[in-house]
Amino acid sequence: MTEPILDIRGVTKAYGLTVANDAVDFQVEPGLIHAVLGENGAGKSTLMKIIYGVVKPDAGTLVWRGQLVSIASPAEARRLGIGMVFQHFSLFETLTVTENISLAVPGSKNELGQRIRAASARFGLDVEPDARVHTLTVGERQRIEILRCILQEPKVIILDEPTSVLPPQGIVKLFETLRNLASEGIAVVFISHKLDEIRALCDTATIMRGGRVVGVVNPKEETSKSLTQLMIGQDIPAPTARSHAGTTAGVLRVQNLDHVPDDPYAAPLSGLDLELRGGEILGIAGVSGNGQGALMRVLAGEIRTAPDTVLLDQKPVGALGPGARRRLGVHFIPEERLGRGAVPGHTLAENAGLTTFHSGLLSFGFLQLRKRRERAGKMITDMDVRCSGPDAAAQSLSGGNLQKFIVSREMALAPRVLIAEQPTWGVDVGAAAAIRQKLLDMRDQGVALLIVSEELEELMEICDRVQVMFRGRLSAPVAVGQTDIEHIGLAMAGDFDGLETVHG
Amino acid sequence: MARLVLVPRETATLLAPLQVAVLALVMTLLGGAVLFVIYGVSPLDGLHAVFVEPLLTRYGIGEVLLKMAPLLLIAQGLAIGFRAQVWNIGAEGQLILGAIAASVLAIRFDGTDSQLLLPAMVVAGMLAGMAWAAIAAWLRTQFNANEILVTFMLTSVALQLLYFLVTGPLKDPMGFNFPQSISFAPNAVFPIILEGTRANASLYIGLAVTLVAVVFVRYSFASYKLSVGGLAPGASFYAGFSSKRAIWVALLVSGGAAGLAGVGEVAGPLGQLQRNISPGYGYAGIIVAVLGGLNPIGILFASAIMALVYVGGDFALLSVGVPDAVTGILQGILLISYLACSLLLTMRLRLVREAPG
Amino acid sequence: MDVLIFMVSGTLAAATALIFAAMGELVAEKSGMLNLGIEGMMATGAAMGFVAATVSGSYTVGFIAAALLGCVLSLIFALLTLVFRANQTASGLAIGILGLGLSSAIGKKYESMTLPGVPDLPLGPLAQIPVIGPMFFQLDVMVYLSMLLIPVTWYVLNRTRLGLTIRAVGESPVNAHALGLRVLWIRAGCVAFGGAMAGIGGAYMSTAYTPLWAEGMIAGRGWIVVALTVFGTWMVPRVAFGAYLFGSISLLELSIQALGVNVPSQLMSALPYLVTIFMLALISRNTLFIRLNSPASLGATFRL
Repeated sequence: MTEPILDIRGVTKAYGLTVANDAVDFQVEPGLIHAVLGENGAGKSTLMKIIYGVVKPDAGTLVWRGQLVSIASPAEARRLGIGMVFQHFSLFETLTVTENISLAVPGSKNELGQRIRAASARFGLDVEPDARVHTLTVGERQRIEILRCILQEPKVIILDEPTSVLPPQGIVKLFETLRNLASEGIAVVFISHKLDEIRALCDTATIMRGGRVVGVVNPKEETSKSLTQLMIGQDIPAPTARSHAGTTAGVLRVQNLDHVPDDPYAAPLSGLDLELRGGEILGIAGVSGNGQGALMRVLAGEIRTAPDTVLLDQKPVGALGPGARRRLGVHFIPEERLGRGAVPGHTLAENAGLTTFHSGLLSFGFLQLRKRRERAGKMITDMDVRCSGPDAAAQSLSGGNLQKFIVSREMALAPRVLIAEQPTWGVDVGAAAAIRQKLLDMRDQGVALLIVSEELEELMEICDRVQVMFRGRLSAPVAVGQTDIEHIGLAMAGDFDGLETVHG
Repeated sequence: MARLVLVPRETATLLAPLQVAVLALVMTLLGGAVLFVIYGVSPLDGLHAVFVEPLLTRYGIGEVLLKMAPLLLIAQGLAIGFRAQVWNIGAEGQLILGAIAASVLAIRFDGTDSQLLLPAMVVAGMLAGMAWAAIAAWLRTQFNANEILVTFMLTSVALQLLYFLVTGPLKDPMGFNFPQSISFAPNAVFPIILEGTRANASLYIGLAVTLVAVVFVRYSFASYKLSVGGLAPGASFYAGFSSKRAIWVALLVSGGAAGLAGVGEVAGPLGQLQRNISPGYGYAGIIVAVLGGLNPIGILFASAIMALVYVGGDFALLSVGVPDAVTGILQGILLISYLACSLLLTMRLRLVREAPG
Repeated sequence: MDVLIFMVSGTLAAATALIFAAMGELVAEKSGMLNLGIEGMMATGAAMGFVAATVSGSYTVGFIAAALLGCVLSLIFALLTLVFRANQTASGLAIGILGLGLSSAIGKKYESMTLPGVPDLPLGPLAQIPVIGPMFFQLDVMVYLSMLLIPVTWYVLNRTRLGLTIRAVGESPVNAHALGLRVLWIRAGCVAFGGAMAGIGGAYMSTAYTPLWAEGMIAGRGWIVVALTVFGTWMVPRVAFGAYLFGSISLLELSIQALGVNVPSQLMSALPYLVTIFMLALISRNTLFIRLNSPASLGATFRL
């Protein structure tokens, strides 16, 4: 075994009462791809933030190439030779590719141009140096981010959930690049919660749970089941058997939707059709940023369209706002929880009325504070939201608990149609399972559900039909039993034709 | 080794805004002391003149109450908008329009002995203030024109309008060409509420508005919507609250309140329309609103403190001979101190002990 | 012809204070800092510049003193917004209020006094060119400097590494921090530059343009400067064009009064503000254009 380039011992970091890292040991060796595995909230990102100098640990030591160091800022981390590729990229939309790279890499424009071309050829990272970032796809952006990192000649590269934004084909390409990097002697730290990827790519894996390291293993010698057990300390909650009453005719329909969003960087929607039936879950797959956001706003009524573009029970509702649609039973769970689904600085009681105010919480324009507080209490117990009570500020809750609260709130009014955007993103395994179970229960009660998700596995698990979104267009729907992940993956890259593979 | 660190507060506390206000006041006193030293005045004498002397006499208290009325009115209105992140900084202009409208009635109906004249002036002033603010609301909702800049520009326009009127159409024909209107008849001015002072009944309007504001902020759905829009615009879209309506409500309410303050000036201590009708109440109202933590009760106290600074500045001019510019500087320091301390509203200081080494 | 010469040279002089302050504010806003205290900083600069020039007998000393004081005020703004994470709008207003109070205190003893004014500096043979010479090359040195400041600001913002850094910080301070750029220092630096330029712009009003000190003499120019960055959609040439447009309006005001046209003087005094409102509505109407060009983080509090 080679000498570790980075040797971390006993690192501890607490936020208030929550211990995010508890005496964590972590070693990184050059030339190896090292996975950090754990569910949301296990402490992976805190550990990476400590390594990259974003967060200062309360205790513990960092030894870099045999020297005891303290990394006070990202600038210092980069100076030492630690690079990081963020999950949500740290690129500047209005600047060109070269400008983005030059912000982190010294050198004249010409010199830099040569180095960019050389490095992109060597690692298979094709980029267009003069393009402005806002015109590029997610995959291209990731390549720039990695390229920028490589050009700083790091000894360690950390990638935070890099595959979550890529279609399956893009993942294959990324893995080639990472293997190339490792073969040049660079230590690659790969953070993920996707077991098959880790088993395919990584040489070693550090598994975290509840802020502690619970094992360091060779993932190639493990099974997904054994890794899972290490990761969550128990078996995965079993998915519910599909046994539902069957669907009813179209409840919500979108016909030939065209829309150019206000956001100059977002994809325009063109010719979208979809039909949502009662008692089924329709999944929208696709890499994020392909127009899902705008589609959701149209469905929720935040963006108005011509009245008959959106039909609810054959009645035109396209011109109605979110409030009017909620009154008709259409509810929406947005991706962004803090700041959209809930007001961060408001208490849970105040947030309880955000979308349910019309259901008896108002009299003559005045708020029924006591009633609202009672409702909030019920929302909290219904979904087992961990918090200090209705007076807790929304921003004091963990992401998963806040999501449970929002789900609970939207379900409290027994919607006929529920639209959910990334409902389990960033939520711990237990809460995610609880949310999925609720969605399935609602389906069985005849509710029409639409789920947007980047996680194909999730869509395959709970959806009845899937449509794929790519550059503002939507594929025809396909039943989940009649396709597979590979072909959905192709559709996510724009090839809609081969979506339906298994006929029958 | 121990060090102080900032940690986020888990729950909002009622104590925090009070701590912040007191801390800001202490910092202002220190700043004031330095200021007096610069002017070669004993800091204790100076601070005594500004913050204590006005409260020692009936006249002084009356003056504080007099200045408190417009500040209270304006700040209660502005705070409603600030909570929604709608920044009306043109209360001064809306005040001027309110004063003009009230004066037009007082001048036009001079000589009637109707007891309805004053109430009519109050209503007219409020409507005029609203109308002036409505221009900004319209430009913002229709053309996306920044309301901060528009309300400021409209204040400058209002000032020119006032100058035009007092030198022309509304000038007292018997006034030896002075730029001022006739003196209002007794039925066009507010009654005095404290014998031997100038404090008048417009303070009651301020207190009534405060009461309404308390109920509005705590219980009304409209205020809830404004607060959601200010704290998290995304959540406001999601809930389906109209951002345009929020802008209209915010500007109309604050414009109306400032208009009322304008009526209080011309139908109060001035008793006529003239070139100088406000020593910057519209701007000071911004400070009062922020200093009061945008809370109606907080604003009640903040307006008293700010009125004291105004009156105290005049007292300091007389008793220790520092220029009245001190008032403006003290106001600036007060707001800056409050903003600096307001970090403690969401964070708290905690002493952390570290193991040596 | 004389009228034309008067119009052009007068416009250049009338726009000079706006150019200084607007270029400073533009740089600050490009880094994401919306400093609404320009009015106060210009007023303080005007008072300080006038007093320092009078006392020292040197205009240079006047401008340096004004720039320094503008800098100090703007750094209070930086401290509030960057260190204490206070709301930028409220903090800017606070600086404005403090600045106005400070200007009145500094200038108290000098109220309505005058100075000879910064002398004109004919630029050698250029000044001899007929028509063009008197229009552009027989002005004072600050006018030349303000004209020079425009291309320099453009070059620095768009062609240098420093400019790239400023634009990056203005678009996303979070990303800039993650890249290791020193966000707080860059923002503080840009704000300080803005303060210094506002101070110089104010001093130009009191020591060259009028040249006298009177309380309230800035008369909303600081706010017009803020509006200029919006008209110019944060592009240097457009902002400069806006400043000259406003320069010509204040000249129009003077000319119409001089010509004895029967318009209420108050209407003429209100004209710049009315034009500002009109232009603001005209330009802001195109929200997409504004969104594409405004620094994305403008006015937002940066938290690590």
